[in-house]
Formats: sequence, structure tokens, C-alpha cells
Amino acid sequence: MSAINITNVSKIYAGGVEAVKSVSIDIADGEFIVLVGPSGCGKSTLLRMVAGLETISKGTVEIADRIVNDVEPAERDIAMVFQNYALYPHMTVYDNLAYGLKNRGTPKAEIDARVAEAARMLQLEQYLDRKPRALSGGQRQRVAMGRAIVRKPAAFLFDEPLSNLDAKLRVSMRGEIKQLQKRLGTTSLYVTHDQLEAMTLADRLVVLNGGEIEQIGRPLDVYHTPASTFVASFIGSPAMNLLRANREGNRLHFGSQTLEADRLAALPTDLTVGLRAEDLRVAQAGEQSLTLKIDYVEELGAQRLVHGTVDGKPLTAALSPEIDLGETIALTIAPSRLHFFDTTTGKRLTRLTDTSSVIREQVAALEPAIS
Amino acid sequence: MQRVKIFDHVILLMGVFIMVGPLVVALMTSSHEAADIHRNGLSILPGGHFVDTYTKVLTKEGGFTGKITGLRMMMNSLILGIGFAVGKIALSMLAAYALVYFRFRFATILFWMIFTTLLLPLEVRILPSYEVMTALNLTNTYTGLIVPLLASATGTFYFRQFFKSIPDELLEAARIDGAGPFKFFIGVIVPLSKTMMAAIFIIMFVYGWNQYLWPTLMTTDESFFTLVRGIKQILLVWVGSNIPDYNEAFALAILAMLPPVMIVMIFQRWFIKGLTESDK
Ligand SMILES: Nc1ncnc2c1ncn2[C@@H]1O[C@H](COP(=O)(O)OP(=O)(O)OP(=O)(O)O)[C@@H](O)[C@H]1O
Ligand SMILES: [Mg+2]
Repeated sequence: MSAINITNVSKIYAGGVEAVKSVSIDIADGEFIVLVGPSGCGKSTLLRMVAGLETISKGTVEIADRIVNDVEPAERDIAMVFQNYALYPHMTVYDNLAYGLKNRGTPKAEIDARVAEAARMLQLEQYLDRKPRALSGGQRQRVAMGRAIVRKPAAFLFDEPLSNLDAKLRVSMRGEIKQLQKRLGTTSLYVTHDQLEAMTLADRLVVLNGGEIEQIGRPLDVYHTPASTFVASFIGSPAMNLLRANREGNRLHFGSQTLEADRLAALPTDLTVGLRAEDLRVAQAGEQSLTLKIDYVEELGAQRLVHGTVDGKPLTAALSPEIDLGETIALTIAPSRLHFFDTTTGKRLTRLTDTSSVIREQVAALEPAIS
Repeated sequence: MQRVKIFDHVILLMGVFIMVGPLVVALMTSSHEAADIHRNGLSILPGGHFVDTYTKVLTKEGGFTGKITGLRMMMNSLILGIGFAVGKIALSMLAAYALVYFRFRFATILFWMIFTTLLLPLEVRILPSYEVMTALNLTNTYTGLIVPLLASATGTFYFRQFFKSIPDELLEAARIDGAGPFKFFIGVIVPLSKTMMAAIFIIMFVYGWNQYLWPTLMTTDESFFTLVRGIKQILLVWVGSNIPDYNEAFALAILAMLPPVMIVMIFQRWFIKGLTESDK
């Protein structure tokens, strides 16, 4: 009913900066899509083109099967939540919520009812008469959400709505946003540079890099089969370890150290190997291992992050706090947990005979078309 | 902070004395008779003619035609001051709104052109302005008095700077909320500019109230005379054995000062309230 189709959309700013490069995303009705990427990768630009606040240089944006390239933001049937909330400082919370409805000539009784409903949903009832400056950051954030939901739009657009909040509030607001979106079933496009926020909120993730899509997929698929070294190091915390290796048969040489895996025959001899910190574990006697020279340890409580070097290259392992650490530690990893990337393009390489991961990738690739 | 307290107060008191002293002298002197003042000079003690002098100044029909009263002059001054302030605010807000929120070609160049030409003092363009007004038959009208001076570089500049400081997201939120240019101006910009408007109102009211040269040129009909001109008129009677009505001149001066003082006091409260409240 209100799907969003972004087709080959580019943005070229005056001065020739190409901030978004031919991006295509098909968002199903009711889906929660998160755009994630480092600062300056064009997330906000893409979102603002969907909102109509930025002109579309190339390509088309369709909302509910209508091409909206030349439609005013107010006519696009979308609502947006801004990073700095953008509440009208001179209006009470009630008026902030009601402003959009008033401008559309909604009858007074209906405005009252909708504002009351939104206020109840967001627990803003006792603040309706206050001005925004008399609210805490979290409450302002709720008002900004309220302003979006009273309009009952076809889509919500969020531009880093939680980045001005403290860590704890961010976690709870994250939950609220997710619940609210599920309850209302409104198609949502959410921009963040926080990979954790992206993982927890998204039905599907869109990882952007330099204005281009690196990968689209469900959070866990992106986590387990990152399409490139960029995605691998961006999604997941701590970032995936990436080590250059030489392959000889089924043996991987990391400088002077060696790991043996299986079914590597189809891979190039020079490649980048990805090892998630949480997949590494202490090697038992007799197991093959990499020796980590420990530099320093970060205690996180439930686990500890051990930073060190393997043959001079940095590597991080997430280990249980019970393990005693010396100067060095022998680590191992299940061969099936290794990721392989091309050293020059950074693209993911698959072991041809690794059927399970091949199938998983194919399913992931088909998914947008199915949904 | 604590250490210099007494010294602070001394400085403040000196300031108060220097600023308020002349006013007290004017007020006290105005309650003496003209002859007394002529003989004894200024005075800091009250004389006995306070009520007479002020009643006379406000209601006496004077001037060459014998028709113009102090009250009338005060009215004229008020019309001029308020007309100025309101007109200038309206005009410069609209100009600044156009400059900041509408992308049109050469906006920056236009702005600086307006700005530099308007920076020229009134006196430089007073003759052409007068020519235009006579050609339009607007001498001896309030329109002629007010309109030619309405365009304000200062006002436009201040409002432009202020609008630029309003976050862009507010405009974007309003666009998504379906507010067009007019609704955005009335519903968001004007309420947000209240404090700015109060500040400009104070400045422009006082400026308009104190105008002397332009009203002198534009009006020959005495019923358009302002208080500032009235004071001058009283002192002009120095002919023959007449003593100028010093007391009346002082009384008029005091009266001429009251409305601006009141405006400043009223709007200042608003102004400060706005300043302290409007942090988002
Ligand atoms: N008005 C503009 N003119 C020219 N270039 C611009 C303009 N706005 C943004 N850009 C450029 O476009 C690129 C993408 O900007 P955008 O704001 O979309 O980044 P972002 O992904 O939202 O980053 P962040 O996470 O920091 O908000 C940046 O390189 C930026 O410099
Ligand atoms: Mg951004």
C-alpha cells in the first residue's frame, strides 16, 4: 500500500560533488529500513531526497506507486524526525503536534483526538501545555516522534533521531521506536551511523559507502556474510579483524604463522582473511593456533577485548574474563568461521564447495525481489 | 567580585548623577515662572507653578495660527514615532524574509546594494526625497512624513542576521507540515522574532520621535508640527522685550522625553523576558 521505490537515484550537488551514486532500494510496505554508513557517505542526502527537501538529480523516487520527484514535501505523505528535533520553540507541545494537521485543514475535533492519541502513546499527556524548552531531551524526542505519528503518514523518515541523547536513553528510545513502528506498521526509512542501532532496529540494512550501496540485507545476514571488507569492518563491534594471508593449498600463512582450513582451492593465493573477534577462542593443546602477542586488554564485564598483534599485524579477540592472560596467548578459530576477501577490490570471495554459505548468500540476494 | 563592591557603586552613582542630573534640573526649572528663570538661571528646587505650566503647555493654543496645542504636537510625534517603528519593522522583516528564504538571482548583490544606499544618511538624499514628495502632493500629510523614511538598512540587516540564525530544520519541518511561505512567516518567523521586533521598535520609535529636519521640510501646516519642533518654536519668540517662555520650553522637553522613556521601559521588559526565555 505504501511501498517506497528508489530507482537509480543520484545526487550531484552544485560544484559537481556526487553525494549519492545511482542508488536503488525497494522498500516493502511496513518495512523498517536502516541506512547506515560512515559520516559523509550520503545517508542524509538520500533521505532528504525521499522527503523532498533536496532535489533529485537523476533517477526516480516512488512513494505508494506514485513518482514524487516533483512533489512538494507536504504532498508526499511522509513525516520526518530530525536529529535536533526541529520543534517550533514558540509553540506548546500540543501546538507542535497539531501544526501539520491545522495546515491541512483537519477539523478541530479530529485534531484533538489525534493529538490525544499520540500523546497517550508517547506518554506526553502531562506535557501538552509546555513549551519545548521546558522538556528534557528524551521528551523533546518524543514530541518530535509525536509530530510524525499524528499525521498518519505513509512513511516515517528518521535522520539520526537518537544521536543527541545519552547512551541509556538511546537504548530505551530505540526500543520505543521499534515497538511503535511495529504497532503502527508504517514504512520507515531510518538513517544512523551507529551500527548497533542499525542492527537492532532494521528489518533490512542498507550499508552505504561513498554514496554507493555496499550491501542490502537482513542484519544477521549482513553480519554473517558481509559483502566486502568495508561492510565487515563497519558492521559488528569490535570490527572484524582483517589479515593479509598467502594461501598454499589449504594452508593460510599469516607471515610466519599458519592456519589450515578446508575447501580453499578456488581462492586466489593472495587474499584478505576476516576473523570476528567473537569467533576466536583459546586453543586447546594440540590444536592449530595463531599466537597473539598481547598489547592491552579492555574489560567490558561480560567479556574482555584482548588487543595484540599476530606477526606484527593488529588483531582483537573477545574472550571470557575467566581466562588467565600472559604475554602471549594461542588462539584458534573454526575454519568455517573464516571470511575471505579479495585484497584489491575488497569484495567477498566464496569457497565454491561451501554450499551452506553459497545458498545463504543466494537467498539473501533474492530476498529484496521476493518481498 | 566582593572586593570592588563599593567602588562599583561609586561609579554607578556617578553615572546616575551625570545622566539624571540635567533631567532633574529641567523638571525643577520648568516649575518656575519664565521671569524667575530669566533672572536666577536654572534651579534644582521646585517652584510653585508645576501644574499651571504643564496645563498651559498641553492645552494653550499657540503658534502663528494660534491653533496648535501641546497635546496636538504630542499626538503628531506619537503618530510619527509609531508609524516609523511599525512601518520599518514590517518592511524590513519582509525584505529580510525574501533575502534569506527565497533563492533568487543576485540576492546577495541586491542585498548589499540596498544596504549601501540606505546607509547614506537621510540628509544626503533629502532634496530628491523632497522633490518626489512635492511631485506626489504629499507635503503636509502623515504619509509624506512617514513613508519616505521607512526603508531601513539597519532593520533589514538585523532581521537578515536573525533569520539566518534560525535553524534550517525548522523551515524543513514546516515544509513537511504543509506550511507555505505565508503560513511559515506568520506562524513561525513572526513569533520567533518577537524579541528582535521589540528591540527594533525601541530604536526606531526613538529615531522617529526625534526627527527634526524632515518634518520641518515636509510640513508647513502647523497642525502637523511635532513636539521637537514645538520646543524650537517657543524659543524663537526672542523679539523685542519678550522673554522666551523658558519654563514652557523645559516642560515641553520633559514631555517630549516621556513617551520614549515609557516605550523603552515597556519593551525592555519584554525584550529581556524574550532573551532569557527563548533558548531553545
Ligand atoms: N549542499 C551541499 N553542497 C555540496 N556538497 C554537499 C552538500 N550537502 C552535503 N554535501 C556533501 O555530500 C556528502 C554526503 O553528505 P550527507 O549529509 O548526506 O552525509 P551523511 O552520510 O548524512 O553524513 P553524517 O553521518 O555526518 O550526517 C558529503 O560529502 C557532503 O560534503
Ligand atoms: Mg547526516
